[in-house]
Amino acid sequence: MPAVTETLETVQSVTDSGYKWGFETEIEMEFAPKGLNEDIVRFISRKKDEPAWLLDWRLKAFAIWKKMEEPTWAAVKYPPIDYQDSYYYAAPVQKAKPKSLDEVDPELLKTYAKLGIPLKEQAILAGVEGAGESPADSGRMPIAVDAVFDSVSVATSYKERLAKDGIIFCSISEAVHEHPELVRQYLGSVVPQGDNFYAALNSAVFTDGSFVYIPKGVRCPMELSTYFRINAKSTGQFERTLIIADERSHVSYLEGCTAPMRDENQLHAAVVELVALDDATIKYSTVQNWYPGDAEGRGGIYNFVTKRGACRGARSKISWTQVETGSAITWKYPSCILQGDDSVGEFYSVAITNNRQQADTGTKMFHIGKNTRSTIVSKGISAGKGQNTYRGLVKISPKAHGARNFTQCDSLLIGDQCGAHTVPYIENRCMTAKVEHEATTSRIAEDQLFYCRQRGLNEEEAVGMIVNGFAREVLKELPMEFAVEAQKLLQISLEGSVG
Amino acid sequence: MLKIENLHAAVDGKPILNGLSLTIAPGEVHAVMGPNGSGKSTLSYVLAGREGYEVTEGSVSFHGQDLLAMEPEERAVAGMFLAFQAPVELPGVGNANFLRTALNAVRRARGEAEMDAMQFLKLARARMKVLNMPEDMLKRPVNVGFSGGEKKRNEMLQLAMLAPKFAVLDETDSGLDIDALKMVADTVNSLRGPDFSALVITHYQRLLNHIVPDRVHVLSAGRIIKSGGPELAQELEASGYAGVQAAA
Repeated sequence: MPAVTETLETVQSVTDSGYKWGFETEIEMEFAPKGLNEDIVRFISRKKDEPAWLLDWRLKAFAIWKKMEEPTWAAVKYPPIDYQDSYYYAAPVQKAKPKSLDEVDPELLKTYAKLGIPLKEQAILAGVEGAGESPADSGRMPIAVDAVFDSVSVATSYKERLAKDGIIFCSISEAVHEHPELVRQYLGSVVPQGDNFYAALNSAVFTDGSFVYIPKGVRCPMELSTYFRINAKSTGQFERTLIIADERSHVSYLEGCTAPMRDENQLHAAVVELVALDDATIKYSTVQNWYPGDAEGRGGIYNFVTKRGACRGARSKISWTQVETGSAITWKYPSCILQGDDSVGEFYSVAITNNRQQADTGTKMFHIGKNTRSTIVSKGISAGKGQNTYRGLVKISPKAHGARNFTQCDSLLIGDQCGAHTVPYIENRCMTAKVEHEATTSRIAEDQLFYCRQRGLNEEEAVGMIVNGFAREVLKELPMEFAVEAQKLLQISLEGSVG
Repeated sequence: MLKIENLHAAVDGKPILNGLSLTIAPGEVHAVMGPNGSGKSTLSYVLAGREGYEVTEGSVSFHGQDLLAMEPEERAVAGMFLAFQAPVELPGVGNANFLRTALNAVRRARGEAEMDAMQFLKLARARMKVLNMPEDMLKRPVNVGFSGGEKKRNEMLQLAMLAPKFAVLDETDSGLDIDALKMVADTVNSLRGPDFSALVITHYQRLLNHIVPDRVHVLSAGRIIKSGGPELAQELEASGYAGVQAAA
C-alpha cells in the first residue's frame, strides 16, 4: 500500500551503498591455470604437498563429479555456469609459510583489520593489548580466528593457547600433515564425495578451510571462528571445514564471509562436516555476508554449500544457527543426522533476500536414534524482488522411537514484488514419533511502520527494528558478540529495499 | 503553538474533514468531542502524518513550521506526539529497546546527548513507578499480549518519557477503568506547563473531570460547530450531541 510503496522508492535511491565490504586487496597472487580437469586436481594436491591417499580421494571425487548433473530442483534461476571459466586455485604469494602472525603479509593483515576481524591475539586476561586497532578488538572476549583468503589459510590465531587444552585448531591443509589419522578417519564421513554435485566438486578441488578437534571432556575456552574472504577475480572458493567434538566436549564455532563487489558471479561451494560423539555439543553459527550483487542482479556470489553434522554419540547435540544476508543465490541446507540415542539437532535460520537475491535454504533432520529431538526455526525475509524459499526435510526412521520434531517457518514480506515459499517434507515411519509444523506469512504492516515513525524512528530504523523483532528467536541463539553485528547487518541488508 | 486553518482531508477519496480551524496556544489543553464518524481520529492522523489521510485544502503550522510538509518522524522529533487509540503490537521488539531508540531520536533532534542503557533504565524505572507499571513490561515485546489497560499505560509511559511539546490523545480513555483514567490524567497534568499543550479527543466528559481543558470544541461532519469553556463538556453530557448539532 502507499506507505510501503513510497518507502520502497525513497530508499531505492541509496541502493548499492550498503555493502561496505566490497573493496579489493591488491596483492601478488599465484593462480592455477583456468579451468577444471584432472591436472588441476593434481596441481592443487601438489601445491599442498598432500599424501597419496588424499590425491586418490580427490581424483575419485572428480570422477564422480564428471558423471553428475547440476541439481535443478531448487527454486532458484541462474544462467548455466561454465565450470571451465574459473580459477580453482588462487593464493597470495608467500615466500615461506609464516611462523607467527608477525610474519603475515601486512596487506593481508590490513585487509582483515578493515573487515573488523581481529587476527592479533589479545592478552587473554587483560583484553586491552589490541584495543583501539579495530572496532572488533576492543573489550571483547578473545576469539580465535582462522583467516582463509581465496584458496589458502593465511593466519590462525590462539593456536598455542588452545593447544594447552589439547584443542587442535588449524587450517585443514595443516591438519592433513599434522593430524593425518584424524583427517583420514573423518573426512567425507558425514558428507561423502558423491553426496551431491557441489559436494563432489568441493571434494575434488577443495583448497583450504578449518580443522577443529576438541578432546574428550574439554570445553573450548573461547569462540572459534573462520573468516572466509574471496578476493581474486574469476575465482571460486572451495573450502572444507571439519569439526570433531570428542566425548563430553563442547565447542562454539562461527564463520563469517565477505567478497569484493564485482559484475561477475563467483562460485563458493563449501563443505562443512561436524561430528559429535557421546555427550558432545557443537554450536555452529554462520553470518553469511557474501556480496549479494547489485539492484539489477548483476554480480554476487553463488553460495552452493553442503553442511551436515552427525550426532554419532548418545546425548550429543548439534545446533546450527545461520544469518544469511548475502550472496546472489543461496543453496544450503545445514542438516543433522541424529544417530545417537537422545541426541538433539537444532536449526535456527534468518535468511534475507533483497533486490534480486534468491535463497533456497533450510535443513534436514534425520532421526535414527531413540528419543532424538530436533527443533527448526526458520525466518525468511523477502524484500525488493527477492525470492526466499524454506525447504526442509524431517525424516524419522522406524526405530527412532519417541522422536520429536518441532518446526516453525515464518515469512515476512516487504513490498509487493518479492516472494516467500515454504516447502516442508515430512517422512515419518515411526508410530511413537511426534512431528509438529507451524508456518506463517506476514507483511510489515503499515500501522507498525507508522507507529514507529510517530515515535521518531525514521523508515530505516523502523523497518530494521521490526525485522530484528521478527528474527529475534534466531538472533538470540547467536553468541552474544555476534548478535549485535548480525542485527546491524539485517538492517544494512534491507537498505535499498525498504528502509 | 498549533494553528489549523480551513483543513480539508479525505480518506480513500471520501471527504472527512471539511474546513476545520483550531488554534491551540502553548500551555493550553483543548478537548475535541464529537459523535462517531465526525472526524476525530482523522484529525489526529492528519496531524501525525499517516499515509492515506490526504489533505486537500488548508494548512497546519506547528511552532512556525509547516507541519503538513513534514514526514511523520520529523513531526515526532519536532515534538508532536500521538497517543494511539489502538496501540500497535511489535512482536519481538523489546519495549525498552523501542522506547530508548525513540527517546534518543527525539534527544538528537533537540541537540541533547543520547542516553545510554543505564541512564535510560534509571529514568524509565522512575516513570514506571509513577504509572504503577511492573518493571517486566520493559522486557516484554511492545504491546504484545498487553491488556487494553496495559497498552494505554504504555502509551502514557512513552508520553512521559518523550516529553513532547504537543500531545494528541486519541480516545485514550476508551475502555479504561477509573484508576487507569486517573493515571492518564495524572500523566498529562504532570506535563502541563507553558511549553506543553495538548489536544484531548474523547467521547465522554468523564476524562475531562480529571484533565480540565481550557477550551472544548464540538466536532461534527468534519467541522467545529461549537466551542466553549469546560462547561460545554458538561452541557454535552447532559443534552447529547444531537442538541448541539441541532442548535448549530
